Amino acid sequence: MLADKDRIFTNVYGYQSWRLDAAMARGDWDNTKALLELGQDKIIDVIKASGLRGRGGAGFPTGTKWSFMPKEPKPDRPNFLVINADESEPGSCKDREIIRHDPHKLIEGALVAGFAMRARAAYIYIRGEYIREAETLFAAVAEAYDKGLVGKNACGSGYDFDVFVHRGAGAYICGEETAMLESLEGKKGQPRLKPPFPAGAGLYGCPTTVNNVESIAVAPTILRRGAEWFAGFGAENNRGTKLFQISGHVNTPCVVEEAMSIPFRELIEKHCGGIRGGWDNLLAVIPGGSSVPLVPAKDIMDAPMDFDGLKAVGSGLGTAAVIVMDKSTDVVRAISRLSYFYKHESCGQCTPCREGTGWMWRVMERLRTGDADISEIDMLQQVTKQVEGHSICALGDAAAWPIQGLIRHFRPELERRINERGGAGDLAPMQEAAE
Amino acid sequence: MPKVKVDGVEIEVPQGATVLQACELAGKEIPRFCYHERLSIAGNCRMCLVEVKPGPPKPQASCALPAAENQEIFTTTPMVKHAREGIMEFLLINHPLDCPICDQGGECDLQDQSVAYGRGHSRYAENKRAVTEKYMGPIVKTIMTRCIQCTRCVRFAEEVAGVEEIGAIYRGENMQITSYLEEAVSSELSGNVVDLCPVGALTSKPYAFEARPWELRKTLTIDVMDAVGTNIRLDSRGRQVLRCVPRVNDEVNEEWATDKTRHAVDGLVRKRLDRPYVRRDGKLHAVTWDEAFAAIASVDHGGSVAAVAGDLVDCETMFAAKALLGELGSSLLEGRQTGMDYDASSLAAVNFNTTIAGTEEADAILLVGTNLRWEAPLVNTRIRKAIKKGAKVFAIGPETELTYKVEWLGADLAVLGSLPERVTEAFGQAAKPMVIVGGAALKGAHGAALGLVETLGLVKDGWNGFNVVHMAASRMGGLMLGYAQKAGISALYDAKLSFFLGADECDHARFTGFKVYVGHHGDRGAHHADVILPAASYAEKAGTYVNLEGRVQRGERAVFPPGDAREDWTIFRALSEKMGRTLAFDTIDELRAAMALDCPELATLGLKTFAWNPPALGGTAEGVLDGYPIKDFYLTNAICRASPTMQRCSAELVHGESFAEAAE
Repeated sequence: MLADKDRIFTNVYGYQSWRLDAAMARGDWDNTKALLELGQDKIIDVIKASGLRGRGGAGFPTGTKWSFMPKEPKPDRPNFLVINADESEPGSCKDREIIRHDPHKLIEGALVAGFAMRARAAYIYIRGEYIREAETLFAAVAEAYDKGLVGKNACGSGYDFDVFVHRGAGAYICGEETAMLESLEGKKGQPRLKPPFPAGAGLYGCPTTVNNVESIAVAPTILRRGAEWFAGFGAENNRGTKLFQISGHVNTPCVVEEAMSIPFRELIEKHCGGIRGGWDNLLAVIPGGSSVPLVPAKDIMDAPMDFDGLKAVGSGLGTAAVIVMDKSTDVVRAISRLSYFYKHESCGQCTPCREGTGWMWRVMERLRTGDADISEIDMLQQVTKQVEGHSICALGDAAAWPIQGLIRHFRPELERRINERGGAGDLAPMQEAAE
Repeated sequence: MPKVKVDGVEIEVPQGATVLQACELAGKEIPRFCYHERLSIAGNCRMCLVEVKPGPPKPQASCALPAAENQEIFTTTPMVKHAREGIMEFLLINHPLDCPICDQGGECDLQDQSVAYGRGHSRYAENKRAVTEKYMGPIVKTIMTRCIQCTRCVRFAEEVAGVEEIGAIYRGENMQITSYLEEAVSSELSGNVVDLCPVGALTSKPYAFEARPWELRKTLTIDVMDAVGTNIRLDSRGRQVLRCVPRVNDEVNEEWATDKTRHAVDGLVRKRLDRPYVRRDGKLHAVTWDEAFAAIASVDHGGSVAAVAGDLVDCETMFAAKALLGELGSSLLEGRQTGMDYDASSLAAVNFNTTIAGTEEADAILLVGTNLRWEAPLVNTRIRKAIKKGAKVFAIGPETELTYKVEWLGADLAVLGSLPERVTEAFGQAAKPMVIVGGAALKGAHGAALGLVETLGLVKDGWNGFNVVHMAASRMGGLMLGYAQKAGISALYDAKLSFFLGADECDHARFTGFKVYVGHHGDRGAHHADVILPAASYAEKAGTYVNLEGRVQRGERAVFPPGDAREDWTIFRALSEKMGRTLAFDTIDELRAAMALDCPELATLGLKTFAWNPPALGGTAEGVLDGYPIKDFYLTNAICRASPTMQRCSAELVHGESFAEAAE
């Protein structure tokens, strides 16, 4: 179990105030100028050495990402840092806790990271539904400006750096990095084609890096305590500590900082009071937020909670939003609900996702009630394959994976429902409202 | 020049080419819906997926992927085949199978590509989505259930037409394409979205349910609605032209056409003159050709004969009239009906010298008294392209919406003599400066504008930046054939016998002599005529036209003129015989040979460059412009005025009337 002294987010439970003075008492903004004096290349080297991988889901090495930014930005094409606080993945709630209780970690991180990538400003794109959190963040940024921590000559370092908070309007797709840039520019939130990647042409066509809130917020602490300290946690290639968000059928759902690669069983026992009804009652777990495939109980129990460990059981760490489902769960309904979510949130730009998500949801709804033919399970599997990898952004993949996981692990359950209903041979398809 | 391998065949592709273009160069057909050569890349239909090595182990959208050195592209692998089948299936699950009642049937990309790349059956058993119709104006009919959200129309409106009025609302499978607040799209180019739409979602409203493409006879010809000389194809069935679509000509119209070009054709069957008339006792009476000719031959003109060329006539007509006048001992020819009298002694001084395509390269542009959006919409789109490349545009004249950012210098022409410093500075830095003089300024500021050639350095090696915009299809041809008097049209007022070649825009009451109208529509000119000789419209004769940049183009005949109407030149040929001065040509080829002798530039097709020897006009310009010559884009000539579609466009888009549509 992670020792208290090794926690980065020391106020994640909100026992203390989020205000600047309390944050400073916890060690934030402590001689940030000295961190900046390390120099841009040194900061990036430390982050690279720490093994920090992006906390937004894809797990791309953060230091490497920063190093893609132009070393000498042109005056008319400044570098930008965009911080993704559009945390809309069902199950994820870590950024919310950071912004609620530790916003200054994020703002300090924005300065440090922005400085390292030679950015002129940081835009924090916060999810529209996070109303109180946005208020907190606005107030925290104002505090930082008042004290001269950001803005002109930030922290007395001689570096000018602005932090802007931008509220989204509640669209999941705006959490996709290029859709976020479109939204920031005032356009309809639809992902862009890549290439060009944001590091080449991002916000307003300028070089841009989009990072998750957690990736940015941990940066100052890593610099203070050293890359070796951070790399001391977790397995090879999965270093550091991580905020896990455990929801669902555990006794005490929580958001908790833990070392990477902690076994699932230990995570649940230590922090969540075990599975509701005991370990025998565990049905399945979605370990990384709604877009990763679910993992059945027997596979997940002793799996290490990190990128590679969960990949080995056919899933992924994602944002470490662990959704635990016990045997009272209607697992088909659960996945069908996720399908509805993706149908609802698809931006409609590209064909496979626009047409496929609705189709998949409708078949899922019929599978839920058993109003289908056995052969439709295979058809659904093929449809998910037709969506996966064919869309502009990863939402198509995210819509396909939960269904693939369900079919892979719970096909007998699907068949049982169909057989109990007597097959759909002579039943008309279920009528759905067109919406 | 990267080298890539397409299905094992190595080819070299231009720098910056996409994988799709590389495949096309290699002769591989790549299906696509959203990709269009003249629009930005959207990459959203996903139909053009191909397999690319090196790259991720999934198919890539070839339209958006740059071709790179040593790339291996596969277009026939199972992965690509399955990807195409999958996308096709997705596109069709919510597409209605109403092809039998769809106007796109027979020329539908979705039909063709589903046959070529689809599976032949669908596994989709759920209900299909339905989408409510949207109102996009009098030109574009929408059946939005058929829409596949390729966004070509959105990109066209934004990038080419310059009106950000079409867009997508809602998201996911509820995404809908609509015009802003469902109002009519206020673009004179809106009809192009009908051609761009790969399915039957946007179809032509006036042409709805008229014909199937395979029933139509297709004739290649030249448009006469403005002086751009848009290359068009007239689709006709029997004796009627049913629609007009643009042809591709990168030098002139790219592949666009204005709404007037497309939809004035329904005016070709209305208000037509189909028999000769003679005025007796103040009233027009239908007569035979012989009686009409006799009435003209009996006029005692004494050599005082004039001919006024209308805006729509071809060079052959003008030459036949000129030849007849020559036989009768007169050269009173004029085509500038509205009273313009600019110096036409040097054609280069009244020509669009930069050329239409060349406009794209300009880096500083000054518009002098021209509302290009109405006077030459397809030149306007070129200026938009120039701006995209960084050109600065200034304009003199009453402020109007040109679809791009313009710095207005006021409506006072006197500013030509003292251009503000920021203008001279911009032109000083410009490598390819350009001045465009429009009809409003040509009258009083032709000399002052020519003076700019010197002060702004418009003419240099390989570049001539002095341009005049004409609005009539016949203008350049007319000027080449000598249809210009020093005093303008007023020199013709006292002629004893006047021929009006489809001339409807002049002040007929000022003509004191005997008036003969040779034209195709019962418009203003016919109302004043003493004799009406029914002639052929541009669709009914093969004709030579010279566009505003001096490009000689020739069109073919699509249909026959109605009733007793005849091709114009044959009328003059027959009349000459009755007047005892038989013209020396019996066929159109003989006429063209004679015309080539008279004006060698008209002998061959293509762009003519006129020697740059402008007249020394000098002089300063003064006076405040209070408007532009075109008051109503949709009603500029007799064919438009007879067209119900153009009348509707005028009422709705120019005069702001609203038309309630039954919900059906």
